[in-house]
Amino acid sequence: MKKKLLATILSVALTASLLAGCGSSASTSGADNAAGTDVATEEETGEDAAAATEEGEVAEGEAAPDAVTTVGDPNGTHMEMWSFVELHNTFYASMLEKWNAENPDRTIEITFTTYPYADMHTKLLTSLNAGTGAPDFCDVEVGQFPNVVAGVDTWLYPLDEALTPYAGDLVQSRLDVYAGADGKHYGAPTHVGATVMYYNAELLESYGIDYTTIKTWDDYTAAGEKLKEASNGEVCLTSVDTAGVDWLWLAMSEYGEDWTGGFEGPANVQLESVKNMLTMQQGWLDSDIAMVSPDGHVDLEAGFQNILDGNIASFPKALWYMSRFLNYMPEEAGKWALAPCPIFEEGQPRSVGIGGTGTVVTNQSSDPQLAADFIAYAKCSEEGAKGIWETLGFDVCNSAMWTDESITHAPNNEYVKFFRTNPYDILNEVKDEIGKISVVAISPTINEQMCNVTLNDVLENKMDVDEALQAAQDVISLEE
Amino acid sequence: MKIRKFLYSQRVAPYVFVLPFILSFCFFWIYPLCSTIVMSFQDILPTRTEWVGLKNYKKLLIDTTFHQAVINSFQYMLLTILLLIPFPMAFAVMMDSRLVKAKGVWKAFLYLPALTSVVISGTLFRLMFSEYSTGQLNVITGILGLGTFKWLKVKATGLFALVMVCCWRWTGVNMLYFLSGLKSIDGALYESAEIDGASAIQKFRFITIPLLKPTTIYVLTISIYAGLAMFMESYMLWAGPDSPNNIGLTIVGYLYKRGITKNQLGYGSAVGLVLLAIALVINVVQLILSGTFKKEEK
Repeated sequence: MKKKLLATILSVALTASLLAGCGSSASTSGADNAAGTDVATEEETGEDAAAATEEGEVAEGEAAPDAVTTVGDPNGTHMEMWSFVELHNTFYASMLEKWNAENPDRTIEITFTTYPYADMHTKLLTSLNAGTGAPDFCDVEVGQFPNVVAGVDTWLYPLDEALTPYAGDLVQSRLDVYAGADGKHYGAPTHVGATVMYYNAELLESYGIDYTTIKTWDDYTAAGEKLKEASNGEVCLTSVDTAGVDWLWLAMSEYGEDWTGGFEGPANVQLESVKNMLTMQQGWLDSDIAMVSPDGHVDLEAGFQNILDGNIASFPKALWYMSRFLNYMPEEAGKWALAPCPIFEEGQPRSVGIGGTGTVVTNQSSDPQLAADFIAYAKCSEEGAKGIWETLGFDVCNSAMWTDESITHAPNNEYVKFFRTNPYDILNEVKDEIGKISVVAISPTINEQMCNVTLNDVLENKMDVDEALQAAQDVISLEE
Repeated sequence: MKIRKFLYSQRVAPYVFVLPFILSFCFFWIYPLCSTIVMSFQDILPTRTEWVGLKNYKKLLIDTTFHQAVINSFQYMLLTILLLIPFPMAFAVMMDSRLVKAKGVWKAFLYLPALTSVVISGTLFRLMFSEYSTGQLNVITGILGLGTFKWLKVKATGLFALVMVCCWRWTGVNMLYFLSGLKSIDGALYESAEIDGASAIQKFRFITIPLLKPTTIYVLTISIYAGLAMFMESYMLWAGPDSPNNIGLTIVGYLYKRGITKNQLGYGSAVGLVLLAIALVINVVQLILSGTFKKEEK
């Protein structure tokens, strides 16, 4: 009997060790890889977010990738909210307190979860596809929006009704960025992302250049020549991007063109605006007025360093880039000024909206109407706009706030203090000139082709602009 | 009684023992493989799925970006094989020799990179290879009077960076494989060779290399697959699946881009299956040529 018992115990032990063996062998051979990938999805995204989201304060999302907090009235309707920027969640939580105070009969309790950028978007898409597991609200980065809005009515709840009370004050072009193919609006915008010119006024003054006289790209080029001579070629007027399309968006907006062709399509990148901008940039590079942005664009470590080292004196970027100065280049305080962008011809619009985060309400929500009402209040009401400007430093979509000098010129606001010009003065100046480039299903393909191939060919390899655009068009047409 | 009979049955026992593996294999490998095959013939759109026949495969034939990815993966695989077999073998022989002191320390040094996360090392390498003048490698080339390079923007230097990350990471691991191969070679062979007057090089050429062949074939096989399936290194070096002129795009990088980033799971599945086919063909040919199958027949 003892023998049998021993045999049984031994065989159990053997089986167990075999099982354990299975597990460990899998993790050593097949791999290292599998384990590695897991780590990647968790960590790379912080980096990714910093590079890709084009929003302020991403650092917070990076520091605490899985922050979960529950805020609000425990007796109210319970909801879930996901974001990839913790500061966004903090802001929504503060708005939730106000909502609950103002609407005692419609109180809400929200559990906020912050995920890393790529993780969150993948998770959201998967849960929308599966029809279960999605949160009530979710922040969606504008570049990812086409994927999410592809399921229009079946996945998301339209916000048009909820936005009605604020519609008069909202910048329509920003709302339209988050429209679906059916014309309804599915995302509550965070900011306008108006593109302006950032000038290192101190540096330019030291070489006798007055940035306020620059109105057209010809003026800009002339200033570049002057700067080159005055500084013995040490300072470039700007750096052009091989991994970003901001310059091209600006050009398209100035000419009133749009390479996506909107929802109807077809996409066409062989536009006058794009050709003119690229040809002009090639000219700048040939005459050493401009340099190619180190590592591809100015919103990266090397780009910040390039600015800090005083190698470039200006660049166009959306207003949310202000937060980069505060976070990564505090030494530059008081040196920089903002101004409307130069134009090709008199009378063209001088700005374009770039970047952003739209908050969607999913159809899986327990009470989509309540959710929509809350998010519209939190992001689009005057109260919400004030909060966004004060906590996140963005150019808000509710234009009623733009003229309220007690907020926009508040002397202790760190953004107001940092720059020589007031961001809202510039915003009011270009108010009716902020163009919109559609973000539709083909957008990621165009972006990718431009940033990976075309811009490198044109700016680094000196390829003929028409030839490069034809090649890009061929690839993009294949995807439609 | 029946249970006991079952438990003690010699015919059943082997199946019981391999059952856990078979189950996990079916669940985590066979099932995904089958559904990948099915999905590669579909267009998986939000909210609906359509059968599209061979459309995805036809598109692969004219998709120049995919061709670029295949070429990149091949070049990378060949380079890693050229570097990751001779060098680790040489290191292993050194570690096995009596002439080297403090072997444990060297082994630990060589193996250490394999323990670090690619995420961290990839980020560090990216900063080192920055095209800005303060990037570590540009500082070094500057001191040497070579000027600065746009490392991650040009094909040759980009590939160099990738291969460097790979060698840095895997040399130690391959060395351990070879080291264990060396341990199984009978020392008496070397002694008798010495009595016959063989030089160190002759011993290496006629004893070590032939007897290490099984290890070499194993390392070669996994290197071929690992080379073709490389993703992380390139993803980290360029902070995403995109790189200038697609110089760092690999087959798996393209799969990720299509399947995950662009949510085209059908097309992504087709890319994955092509990778599987390529890796299978190369490895089967390689194993036939190296005579692995013949041995089993004997």
